[in-house]
Amino acid sequence: MSETAIHVEGLGKRYRLGQRERYRAMRDVLARAFTTMFERNGERKDGYMWALRNASFDVRQGEVVGLIGRNGAGKTTLLKLLSRITRPTEGFAEIHGRVGSLLEVGTGFHPELSGRENIYLSGAILGMSKREIDRKHDEIVAFAEVERFLDAPLKHFSTGMQMRLAFAVAAHLEPEILLVDEVLAVGDLEFQKKCLGKMQEVSKSGRTIVFVSHQMNQIRRLCERVFWIDAGQIREEGVAGDVVARYESASLSPGNNSADEKRCFLGWSICGEGNTVRDGLRDVTFHFHLRLREAVSQGHFGVAILSDSSAVLAGWGFDNLDMPAGDQEILLRIPALPLRPGAYSITCSIFNRGNNLTGGQLLEEWYAVPPLVIDTRPLAHPQDRWAGVLNIPAEIEVSAQQEK
Amino acid sequence: MNRMGAVAKTDILAGIPVLRITPPTGWQLLPAKELWDYRELLYFFVWREIKIRYKQTAIGAAWAVLQPFLTMLVFSLFFGRLAHISSEGLPYPIFYYSALLPWMYFASSLQNATSTIVDNQRVITKVYFPRIALPLSAVLSGLVDFGISFLLFILMMVYYHIRPTVALVWLPAFLLLAVLTALGVGLWLSAMNAIYRDVRYVVPFLINFWMLASPVAYGSSIVPEKWRWLYGLNPMAGVIEGFRWSLAGHGMPSGRLLFASMGVVLVVLAGGIAYFQRMETTVADVV
Repeated sequence: MSETAIHVEGLGKRYRLGQRERYRAMRDVLARAFTTMFERNGERKDGYMWALRNASFDVRQGEVVGLIGRNGAGKTTLLKLLSRITRPTEGFAEIHGRVGSLLEVGTGFHPELSGRENIYLSGAILGMSKREIDRKHDEIVAFAEVERFLDAPLKHFSTGMQMRLAFAVAAHLEPEILLVDEVLAVGDLEFQKKCLGKMQEVSKSGRTIVFVSHQMNQIRRLCERVFWIDAGQIREEGVAGDVVARYESASLSPGNNSADEKRCFLGWSICGEGNTVRDGLRDVTFHFHLRLREAVSQGHFGVAILSDSSAVLAGWGFDNLDMPAGDQEILLRIPALPLRPGAYSITCSIFNRGNNLTGGQLLEEWYAVPPLVIDTRPLAHPQDRWAGVLNIPAEIEVSAQQEK
Repeated sequence: MNRMGAVAKTDILAGIPVLRITPPTGWQLLPAKELWDYRELLYFFVWREIKIRYKQTAIGAAWAVLQPFLTMLVFSLFFGRLAHISSEGLPYPIFYYSALLPWMYFASSLQNATSTIVDNQRVITKVYFPRIALPLSAVLSGLVDFGISFLLFILMMVYYHIRPTVALVWLPAFLLLAVLTALGVGLWLSAMNAIYRDVRYVVPFLINFWMLASPVAYGSSIVPEKWRWLYGLNPMAGVIEGFRWSLAGHGMPSGRLLFASMGVVLVVLAGGIAYFQRMETTVADVV
């Protein structure tokens, strides 16, 4: 199995700054045409930004390749180029075989349609033929564990059920080359493991997978080779374990981070346990690593834990903070974190001279990478609808009321 | 280099298709072969449009009949009975309904096609397929409504004792002309709406304006003979006159008018395809 599946040479994608500012309205265009008319030699003042540049590599058939790197480094851009969602600005790529891309779970789902109808719709959008879906239908339903609700409209499904159904459809995609963005970061942990297992199965059957994740344990488990993408360039390429180790130490240890100068947050961890909470009922200490270019006086530090639908589950803010310039570590201790097993995001912010309300200067708002993983035993109601967000043990006692 | 600059050739050794992804170059042709490869997805898009349209409305398919029927009643009363506009010898309901059939199809297709790229932006930014499938499915799904409202017309023909003539065999050709007109204009509008969001607000006005310029509420006989061909530059004039003729067997449209309509449709369609394909290369970055 040494034939090439993907061959990429000098691939680059340039965005015009502002182009990502969503759409334009015709009146803006007219207004701009009017102003540029009166500008000397009509120079364009728009800047450009290379989201990816000079990417050259080969992926062999049957290989599982991981893409790692910070948010905005260009990983998703690379996947979008390979899946033809967007076109390159320079260079080219050759794809040998049928490509399936999975950049989001539940692509094409429609709330008004039933579970069964959505299986067909989403399957077709992801590139399955009707015959293929017919054949795998029962398997998909069994995998998602939604047999009983199959004919109800999707809008009546709980988020967990929708997610499982979406995963199930995606997991049964069988293209020769599968491009996966960070879709395994959501959903409950049990199900994530099941999906991971399914992906391992797929990769053993000789399919090529290119896989983006922020969860290094997933990368270590699944991938043979890893590309580390940094600021639009492939910074390093090699055996998964080695590259991941260097990436992790670089993102924690200051000094190696060549990229943006303005960053304050370098990384985070939970004392001794990576980024995973294994007992939600015991105290947890978060370590946030910062590099301050200036001293902070009367500053503010804010932290919030968010669900995958971006609801704030818990948040804390600390005012009147004084820190000297240089590398700092903030320890956040909480007595317990009884959240349901799954992946959560953390967002932090740091302000100088005040907070968000008193006109403090925002130094950085950071969406923590990697996400927080809660890997504990589920203790709440077995049905998604009733399980809520907390994972707290409960006991009942039944006793007969004595009438007096 | 053809469609999307992505050329499928066959790897001689492995027999696996090779896809080459390159920067976009110039104007592209219709990705006919690729569209054929994606025909099942096209089918699912049409199916989704129809399913959702009928699921979200209380009386479902009855809308397809109610809209042209009520419009026909109002037209018959005001334009016919009160304003005495000539119906060229046909009963007013037949005269108006035979024009409203293609007109309503055209108007709703245009409306659906315009917003289709924007409505599907989530899918567009997450997965590849020939984007032209979206406006195409919007235009094709309108045919179901057309079919339903056509059933009512058959009942009306029976009621008014109007026998279809030989001209009926031309109906599919005029229907095709209506589809191509809707597709041609729909491609332009959906591509423009993806880039300039205010297009969506222009469309209702455009449709109203266009209806007044089409022989829906009147017959094209009010246009002097020597200017008929000019009138035919509005392709819906050809479509509507063609429908009236093939359905009610009355007032064969002038050949000049028809040819002018067909010519315009081809130009609009070819331009629409080219413009749409050009927009397609950047759409995932913009929407």
